[in-house]
Amino acid sequence: MSDLRDLYQQMILDHYRRPRNRGEMDDCTFSADGFNPLCGDRITVFVKMEEDKIADIRFVGDGCAISMASASMMTEAIKGKEEQEAEALFESFHALVAGDGLADEAEVGKLQVFGGVRDYPLRVKCATLTWHTLRAALRGTDEPVSTE
Amino acid sequence: MIVPAEREQGVSLDVVRIRADFPVLQQSIHGNRLVYLDSAATSQTPEPVVRAIAGFYRDDCANVHRGVHELSRRATDSFEGAREKVRHFINAESTREIIFTRGTTDAINLVAQTFGRRAVGSGDEVILSALEHHSNIVPWQMLCDEIGARLRVIPMFDDGTLDIDAYRDLIGPRTKMVALVHISNALGTTNPIKELVSLAHDHGIPVLVDGAQAVPHVPVDVRALGCDFYAFSAHKMYGPTGIGALYGREEHLNAMPPYQGGGDMIRQVTFEKTVFNAIPHKFEAGTPNIAGTIGMGAAIDYIAAIGRDEVSAHEARLVAHASERLSSIGGVRLIGTAREKVGVVSFVVEGAHPHDVGTILDHRGVAIRAGHHCAQPVMDRLGIPATARASFGIYNDDDDVDALVRAVLEVREVFA
Repeated sequence: MSDLRDLYQQMILDHYRRPRNRGEMDDCTFSADGFNPLCGDRITVFVKMEEDKIADIRFVGDGCAISMASASMMTEAIKGKEEQEAEALFESFHALVAGDGLADEAEVGKLQVFGGVRDYPLRVKCATLTWHTLRAALRGTDEPVSTE
Repeated sequence: MIVPAEREQGVSLDVVRIRADFPVLQQSIHGNRLVYLDSAATSQTPEPVVRAIAGFYRDDCANVHRGVHELSRRATDSFEGAREKVRHFINAESTREIIFTRGTTDAINLVAQTFGRRAVGSGDEVILSALEHHSNIVPWQMLCDEIGARLRVIPMFDDGTLDIDAYRDLIGPRTKMVALVHISNALGTTNPIKELVSLAHDHGIPVLVDGAQAVPHVPVDVRALGCDFYAFSAHKMYGPTGIGALYGREEHLNAMPPYQGGGDMIRQVTFEKTVFNAIPHKFEAGTPNIAGTIGMGAAIDYIAAIGRDEVSAHEARLVAHASERLSSIGGVRLIGTAREKVGVVSFVVEGAHPHDVGTILDHRGVAIRAGHHCAQPVMDRLGIPATARASFGIYNDDDDVDALVRAVLEVREVFA
């Protein structure tokens, strides 16, 4: 098995301790709630669209280091992207953490630090909860997203 | 089986010999010795229990209570023999008071849907405690919602003990049922069941006790407790999953309507009318979990051979030892600090979510539970989303506590 530090990389711990873009957004275009009933992780993602671009994104939530760092780093990675680009990035990210496809290294960029998650199958949902929630927000889903 | 411990104070179990009965423990996880500290979720199964289950399928498999052939007689004898073992295990008066169920949850649903449905009416109240597992909340909530009754909850103090004075005040003319956990699965708090039952009985209110976390750890005497119903599962006391038992006082069981209809629970059936079987069979519709029941009986034999007082003393020492070691680590806080605490040590590590604690411990082969422990109201009350929980059984020893402490120190390093 891999070293624990492969999972808990410094950048992940840093985003867990000091999450970026954390907080509510009053003037969001879309928002959605995500929930992992298995471990109790909760997240809400707020998105502000301008033209076709994600002009701003914030999140609030409570959960483990992997889920919170993933949310924080996701907000940084997709700000300024179009919806289609965000979807494509999610697919690459999913391939990276679930190990079920070829992740485009250049595309995932900094998110590479989540590569260690693939050795911990029980934690894949922690890393992807925020992305599923983002997708629900962009698609205007009313029902909270559940990982189960 | 009991020998004086070689390196610790007092008398302890011969854990080395006990561990030899649990092949599952002889494996390494991620390159480390498996340290199983999740018995409160499900305990491991010793060889004699596995042999009893396999032996039924290999040598004696037949249906029970029917058939005149030899195999059916053997199956029936083993099945009813297990009922007598359960009776003796909790000191019930009669085997007629022992109903086999799928487990604790099934047993509580049975009582809620039969006894509860008759005892509780519109505008009435059912009292539970703040320490309940979801299995002793939801069946009552469903019943109350359906008939327009109300749940009342005995509050708890920060240390995880119940507020008995508040309980006294909650009991009123509308109270028709009390359902309480014996030992909390999330915090380990042992409730003073005898006293709580007596307070309810002063007002003629029946009491169900969820004993799932009690039977593996402490001697249980349902007549001494005085409760009306007592529910527990085999898989938390070294038996198989999918089988458990409900104790109910005979006069209640006789008066209660059946739970499910089908074979075995009947005496005579025509299309016009069915005459139900006598208790306990009235509550056991369909072919039962025969192998599981026999396995449950074998688990009772296994615990009895070790000695329930000895088990209790051994685990109390381990819980005290683990509590002391964990609380001496900076940034670790114990959750649930009742003086009467059994089987589990729940804790949180500052700056590290319980889920991350669980992953890091697993990396070192230490299996614990991380989460809300199917007791979300307990977590809400304490204002935390989850805890890490180490729970102990007969096969655990001080080496396991050492491994737990080492792994928690590593959590502190990673999240420093």
